[in-house]
Amino acid sequence: MTIESVDPDDVTAADILGSAIERREDPALITGDAEYTDDIQLADMAHMSVVRSQYGHARIEDVDTSEAEAMDGVVGVYTHDDLAREDTPGEAPFNLPVGWLLPSLNDVDHPILADGKVRYQGDAIAIVVAEQRYQAADAAGAVDVSYERLDAVTDPDEALSGDARQLHADADDNVAFDWEIGDAEKTAAAFEDASHTASIELTNQLVIPNAMEPRAAVADYHPGTDELEVFMTSQNPHLHRLLMSGVIGHPEHKLRVKAPEVGGGFGSKIHHYADETLVAWCSKLLDRPVKWTATRSETYQTDALGRGHETEAEIAMDDDGDVIGLRVDTRANLGAYLSTFAPAVPTYLYGTLLSGQYDIPAIHGHVTGAFTNVPPVDAYRGAGRPEASFVVERLMNRAAHEMGMDPAEFRRRNFVPDEAFPYETQVAVVYDSGEYEKPMDEALDLLDYEDFRDRQKEAREEGRYLGVGFSCYIEACGLAPSELAGQLGAQAGLWESSLVRFHPSGTVTAFCGTSGHGQGHATTYAQIVANELGVDYDDVEIVEGDTDEIPHGMGTYGSRSAAVGGSSLVKSARKVVDKAREIAAHSLEADPDDVEFENGEFRIVGAPDRSIGIQSVAEQAYLAHDMPDDMEPGLEATSFYDPDNFVFPFGTHAAIVEVDPETGEIEFEKYVAVDDVGNQINPKIVEGQIHGGVAQGVGQALYEGAEYDDNGTLLTGSMQDYAVPKAEHVPEMDTASTVTPSPHNPLGVKGVGEAGTIAAPQAIVNAVTDALEPFGVDHIEMPMTPERVWRAVDASATADGGHDPEDGTADGGDR
Amino acid sequence: MFPDEFDYYEATSVDEAIDLLAEHSGAETELLAGGHSLLPAMKSGLSSPDVLIDVGGIDDLHGVSVDGDTLVVGAMTSYSDLLDADAAHKHAPAFAAAVGQVGDEQVRNRGTIGGNLAHADPASDLPGAALASDATIVAEGPNGEREIPIDDYFFGMYATALDPGELVTRVEIPSAAGAAGAYAKKPSPSSGYAMVGIAALVETDGGTVTSARVGANGVLDHGVRLEAVEEALVGGSLDQESIEAAAAVATDGIDEAMMMSDLQASAEFRATLLEAYTKRALRATAENAAPRAAD
Repeated sequence: MTIESVDPDDVTAADILGSAIERREDPALITGDAEYTDDIQLADMAHMSVVRSQYGHARIEDVDTSEAEAMDGVVGVYTHDDLAREDTPGEAPFNLPVGWLLPSLNDVDHPILADGKVRYQGDAIAIVVAEQRYQAADAAGAVDVSYERLDAVTDPDEALSGDARQLHADADDNVAFDWEIGDAEKTAAAFEDASHTASIELTNQLVIPNAMEPRAAVADYHPGTDELEVFMTSQNPHLHRLLMSGVIGHPEHKLRVKAPEVGGGFGSKIHHYADETLVAWCSKLLDRPVKWTATRSETYQTDALGRGHETEAEIAMDDDGDVIGLRVDTRANLGAYLSTFAPAVPTYLYGTLLSGQYDIPAIHGHVTGAFTNVPPVDAYRGAGRPEASFVVERLMNRAAHEMGMDPAEFRRRNFVPDEAFPYETQVAVVYDSGEYEKPMDEALDLLDYEDFRDRQKEAREEGRYLGVGFSCYIEACGLAPSELAGQLGAQAGLWESSLVRFHPSGTVTAFCGTSGHGQGHATTYAQIVANELGVDYDDVEIVEGDTDEIPHGMGTYGSRSAAVGGSSLVKSARKVVDKAREIAAHSLEADPDDVEFENGEFRIVGAPDRSIGIQSVAEQAYLAHDMPDDMEPGLEATSFYDPDNFVFPFGTHAAIVEVDPETGEIEFEKYVAVDDVGNQINPKIVEGQIHGGVAQGVGQALYEGAEYDDNGTLLTGSMQDYAVPKAEHVPEMDTASTVTPSPHNPLGVKGVGEAGTIAAPQAIVNAVTDALEPFGVDHIEMPMTPERVWRAVDASATADGGHDPEDGTADGGDR
Repeated sequence: MFPDEFDYYEATSVDEAIDLLAEHSGAETELLAGGHSLLPAMKSGLSSPDVLIDVGGIDDLHGVSVDGDTLVVGAMTSYSDLLDADAAHKHAPAFAAAVGQVGDEQVRNRGTIGGNLAHADPASDLPGAALASDATIVAEGPNGEREIPIDDYFFGMYATALDPGELVTRVEIPSAAGAAGAYAKKPSPSSGYAMVGIAALVETDGGTVTSARVGANGVLDHGVRLEAVEEALVGGSLDQESIEAAAAVATDGIDEAMMMSDLQASAEFRATLLEAYTKRALRATAENAAPRAAD
């Protein structure tokens, strides 16, 4: 069912929106011609290396830099004391700020170099600058740090227990925040009225983002102009400029942040880290360019983690199987410090999605954020929404079982009905549009569901265990509007900015404040602009990721680029057309109201032979020899687009697996993904995003998990130990789409970047527990390694007195 | 990351390599073959030799040949070169099957048979197959050449019967052209190394098993023969029932307390995998026996 790529030369501007044209960025990425941050070589460039804590929690007694300072090529070694010195750039406190405040938030200090204490393995203690990268690394190894070890805690429940060592003086019992959403009383009443309930306890494990390109930065300070240029692996250069400007005290307008080609992020390059800031500080201190590129080990130790929830959840049903209440209590691991958007992820990006695709009249969610001795935890592909969907979809399975109903039919009867949109949930959001039965129907069809249940039965009789799992996910993309975000504590707006500029020759450059790092914006944005302006796709160039070139921007995360950035481009392009229409009318000696625009041509209504192309208008606009009265020359327009609402993509994913109870091994028989991401700009890119997203979800379900020992030492610190899924681990996927446009943006698009990652884990867990239902296995924690599956089978068999799975009398444990 | 500083020497002959080893016997010295175990260990700081002697370019150590009833594999033969040699598949089916599952294509293009066996990583794919194939390790040192039977070769984690001044020059495998062999492996999803890997080489006569050698890696801190399985197989037929019975004794004689235990599989679970993958290796052997019998 793979979508065929289309050559852009075979498509006109009128048809290019929605066409599966090839990604224009791929040849450079594949051949190595693309320039990444680490490819940048500047004259006289020095290299920075970071001395990091070996321990999860320790007081620093002494940092002896003398041996390192004496080594060949070493330019300088700096600690927190050097930051604070009067003769070095900036002013104390050199703390990284948090970008989302909650009323109960304990906003603890996050120094860019440790100030007497380290709180996770990898916490930065000192930096070494040397002429060469190897010299810097060797000298960093020679910095002698004396530690006083402290007890560490890595589990959020233990951290909050009152018995754990406190990380921060001003965060009692390691509580980062205490937050709730929904109506506790109404929900409690629903549970009292319920005729059936089901519950689950689960862990959503910490995962490591693993972008292919490690984080990196090159800073180049120009003392003559006081300009500081920073090239860095950024998903949001303007935001990094603002935050970095504050941390090192360099004026925002003299700081340029540029993201060259960025090799993946999955959220890990949204946040503002110490390392990139320190590179900028060093360049300013030393008056020369400085580069730092993370090693893969540093990537594992310091990139913000994702997920990390401990959750108890319950669901209440009436006699007919209608869900009448849902409540959730979660302890979220935030790691050692508050990363940039960390407080929003387990709260507003999680609690607001607890209604799933379902019409639930009473919901209550309670989340406690915990400081622990692991790296800061922040947004990772999906960010809060996978955790919410995981809880809801696991509960729906339990609930269907409790009701004795088919899991698909139980979901269907509880879907928000088509006529209820826009639908206001009990958890503070309004779903824009949805037709939830359509993807479910398509998925059941692709699964051949009726036939599957027969096959499952026959297989069980042969001692083979097949299972099917559903995931009817919802996500919220394109966070908005800014006013609401402000009320919720965001320290930034959530609009997007763009500039569409015709050149005198008729070609177009479009600048957008999003910052792609693999999504294919150079292609999809060009499709949007070419379509709006009626010019050839090849005549449109896209520029992102440079604070000096682009008016402003909020970056790329949360599947926002199409819905917010794309809409901003539409807005700018339409302003350009409006101006061009006036110039065209002037040139055609007509009233602008009588001029229509189609396929790049302005025509007088009723006199179609009198026309002028928009590219000719552009030429006239720059010649400016004969412009309408009071009109400025030139043809370009800037917009700031602030959406009315989030967009809410949805879909049904389903997996069929076979589980070998003897070895705990899981084989995919089928994986079906039916996604409704609204209108599609480029179906090939949509398909690719689903493939990649599902692969990452498969990773979380079966392979990935950051493991720390009791001292906070990372045990899965390399690709030898941390299993990122490889091609052989990813199932063949049957992908299909339904299309329910978003009603509130001009493209009708929703978002697709995170859908697969949000949808996949619970589809797979539900399939495995369905397969093992005869053994009474109703939950296995992720990653579902063969050993965990094997132990679950073994434990359930033992608990049930060694029952025989073939007798079909297994009871469902705590279901 | 970055390896510590080291001196590098390139040996162009076995004699030169032995001389260099002797010359640097006072320092921590490593022989560099394909580098696919050593270099990652050096980069991650697990290994920090003062001297590297590169033996990968010694021409005499490359190639696969047949000498009478013996398959001779030069120590610096890459996995890929072995797999390209028909003789290897014909005379050493279990060994070739295991080599085919080492790492990935790129690793197989660089890594070498001798380097692997000298390194003796217990989770590598070759120890079990070398044991099952009754290989002989031929090593050369200052006192000349000596032959080490494989059963006397593996001592423990990265430890072998090789002396510090010796290098492996070739591996000799008695022809098993009349036998069937297979290798079944449960790879770690992260590293690709064997959580367990079982190599089996079985000879039958008129449907009756006349000899069987079964070796395992990933289980103990060194490759090990599953002698109870071998004994269970001999005299029976290679049918489903006898395979199950033989696999059921896979852990006999193996002390679970000595079994490898790590994040990916506890000792207890390894014992389960050992039985399951012994079954799979024997089933695959039986399938391979059928076409050989028809030859």
